[in-house]
Amino acid sequence: MSRVALVAGLAFLWLPILLLVGYAFSASPIPFQLGGFSLRWFAALAADERLLEAAWLSLRVATGAATLATVLGGLVGWVLARQGAFRGRALFGALAGVPLVLPEVVTGLSLLLAFVGLQTLLGWPTERGATTVLLAHATLGAAYAAVVVQSRLSQLDRGLEEAAADLGASPSQVFRTITLPLIAPALAAAWLLAFTLSLDDVVVASFVSGPAGTTLPMLLFSRLRLGLTPEINALGAAILALAGLALGLAAAMLHRSARHQGKAG
Amino acid sequence: MLLSLEGVTKRFGATLALDGLSLAVERGEFVALLGGSGSGKSTLLRLIAGFEAPDAGRVLLDGVDQDRVPPQARPCAMVFQNYALFPHLSVFDNVAYGLRREGLPGLDIAARVQQALALVGLEALAARRPHQLSGGQRQRVALVRALVKRPPLVLLDEPLGALDAALREATGQELRALQRATGAAFIMVTHDQAEALALADRVAVLEAGRLVQCAPPRDLYERPATRFVASFLGGANVLEGVMGADGLLHCAAAGCALRLATPLPAGTKAAVALRPERIALAAEGELPAENAATGVLRGVVYQGAGWLCTVALAGGQSLRVQVPADRAVPPEGVPVLLHWPATANIPLAD
Amino acid sequence: MLRAIPFGWLLAFVAVPCLLLLAIAFSSSAEGVPPFAWGTLSLDAWATLTEDSFYLSAFLRSLRVAFITAALCLALAFPMALALARAPARWQPALVLAVLLPFWTGFLLRMAAWVGLLRDQGWLNGVLLGLGLIQEPLPMLYSTPAMLLGMVHAYLPFAVLPLYATLLRLDRGLEEAAADLGASAFTVFRTITLPLAAPGAAAAFLLVFIPAAGEYVVPEMLGPPEAQLVGRALWGAFFQDRDWPLACLLAVLLLAVLVLPIRLFQRLENRP
Repeated sequence: MSRVALVAGLAFLWLPILLLVGYAFSASPIPFQLGGFSLRWFAALAADERLLEAAWLSLRVATGAATLATVLGGLVGWVLARQGAFRGRALFGALAGVPLVLPEVVTGLSLLLAFVGLQTLLGWPTERGATTVLLAHATLGAAYAAVVVQSRLSQLDRGLEEAAADLGASPSQVFRTITLPLIAPALAAAWLLAFTLSLDDVVVASFVSGPAGTTLPMLLFSRLRLGLTPEINALGAAILALAGLALGLAAAMLHRSARHQGKAG
Repeated sequence: MLLSLEGVTKRFGATLALDGLSLAVERGEFVALLGGSGSGKSTLLRLIAGFEAPDAGRVLLDGVDQDRVPPQARPCAMVFQNYALFPHLSVFDNVAYGLRREGLPGLDIAARVQQALALVGLEALAARRPHQLSGGQRQRVALVRALVKRPPLVLLDEPLGALDAALREATGQELRALQRATGAAFIMVTHDQAEALALADRVAVLEAGRLVQCAPPRDLYERPATRFVASFLGGANVLEGVMGADGLLHCAAAGCALRLATPLPAGTKAAVALRPERIALAAEGELPAENAATGVLRGVVYQGAGWLCTVALAGGQSLRVQVPADRAVPPEGVPVLLHWPATANIPLAD
Repeated sequence: MLRAIPFGWLLAFVAVPCLLLLAIAFSSSAEGVPPFAWGTLSLDAWATLTEDSFYLSAFLRSLRVAFITAALCLALAFPMALALARAPARWQPALVLAVLLPFWTGFLLRMAAWVGLLRDQGWLNGVLLGLGLIQEPLPMLYSTPAMLLGMVHAYLPFAVLPLYATLLRLDRGLEEAAADLGASAFTVFRTITLPLAAPGAAAAFLLVFIPAAGEYVVPEMLGPPEAQLVGRALWGAFFQDRDWPLACLLAVLLLAVLVLPIRLFQRLENRP
């Protein structure tokens, strides 16, 4: 019974994507129509300056946002998991959870107001664009990163850190030699999550960006409003191929480190 | 015969969990399955309950082959290792769960649940949830939940394993009393030999998926069939030797000669179990010609009821010797004499 | 010190923005950049909102759409998660990946794919015409069902994963105990599995419901143009009408409506 649902659910999730990819190789200028095998839409994609520019911007923003989000979210998760009671802990915990539950339009609008307020108050940021999108995405990503890191830290045996301290490690050495290696997979997962969130976001970016900062999803969204083109199929195929490649690499690395640890243990 | 296991074999991938095991259990009997981890004792229990199917062999309950009979249709009830109490149901509803599945009228169910809870003194806690109970209380709820269905066979997986030492003995006695009162047959899995010897009518010792010996506790302790049983129960010493023309078993590694109750033909190789508490230890005196050895005291461990001494014998072997607490123990490194009565020599089959 | 950095960040980019939202919802709008006056107090936005029943019906419709989306997701996700949790352990990582991977193709591209499938000259109409089942294209795109389809597609993994985690944590011994006490497979599911998974199911429902209530992109790309939802109303007030106070007021009200489900979700998440 439930297996049928799993197969049906997976088919439902994958069908549109597989069709999107499949028709990327069709020569027909009408999307989702058969027209013989062709790579012309990939060529068109490669020649599309605006799209490549937006993609490059998105990649840079996502990389920066994910890195900042991992550092900030890691700190938030560490404070929540490892610092006991302190003044404002309830507020701290509540604020850390807010971005997770806000609808996108609300997040976008509220962050825009923050940037406008900062500009009025401090004269910075002077214009909205890549920087503001990066900061907005980092805020969103940090909330998710905090959850990942906090849950990993609370699963971690406190005894390991205490043992290291008992053996003479200073707090920073404990962190560097014990805590950090043990939460590294969680940090990697958090980075990847924040990176994906940033690359996929159109709503928050639309609110906080300006004319100078058109990300790939923003460009895509404005083009999709004008109509579907086969180039979009090609873009989908390219992204899926890249995601698959990255995932394969990540899986291979995980496999290797798991085997490595298996030998050591 | 209530339960018959006939040549039951179970494989998990490459590991052989049960290897052609046969065992019969009578109505009203209390059988303990004793073995170390990985001996297959829990697998055997799950096989009887119907959570696993044997790869070969048969499980018969009341003479009926249980092949393809699902767990819910088998006439046995299980007490799970960590009790598996339903966390979302009250104590009352946990105990009533099995009766409700039988479709009994509500009033009968209530009466039987109350009666069963009263049996273990838990009637006041009927409305509690499992997480509001102590470990001992949970154990009793799990027990009563199985017993309330009045099954002819109750399977218990390490029922005392999660309790602390202070509770174990009393709860074990309660378990035994309940078993007598209900008349159900109990099969209890345990890795604790003291528990098995104290509670069971018969103890079945498992090693690597095989039944090594199944006997009443006293027989098992006094006449272990194999060297595994001998050392697993009470940590017996095992001496190996060859029968001489003088009718004595000469053990080179121990540097001693043993007299056996029934002498074997000369030249036969044999092994003998020797319990630590049967050996007498003296600092000086005359050495008897048989059933005696000399050695050096290497280690002494205080165990409350006595001293456990390790004595290195002249032939290279070490013997464990238990000395009663009221005797004086010589200092370590001192030469000592050991001797024991001929009845302490237990011949082993392998 | 290490605490001050994240605390400062959270105050600046979470707390202050939310307070600004509230402040500007009750400011007066102005010509210029930004199109409102700092430090004023005005009920203009509130008046606009209450004058027109359009906004009330947008709220109601949004809640209805979010509810149906969450219910559909849950109905599909529960058996999927059950099958995942019961699949052989060595297959599970691959199956979980199969649920997650569509995420990495990009949300907009997935929606674009649905447009390509559902529109009049789209793939589905092509197939149906080719099979002779229909004589002329069915108008499927820009309808409520198309929008719900897209919503479920976008949010399904959000429902599957927490449910999978819940079911994986569920002690199989409890189900065995129930079977041992005489319960049939269906009774085991009804009396043990379902009640124990209920908090996880409720969390999964809310995890879909909360963001779906403010969803903008899916209705915009697949939904009927006349069906106004809060997300679209807010977007329109902000980008088309440049009425920031009104957009802020809509955001504040959306949050007010969602406070209850959000609190409920957080309580479910923080259960031991």
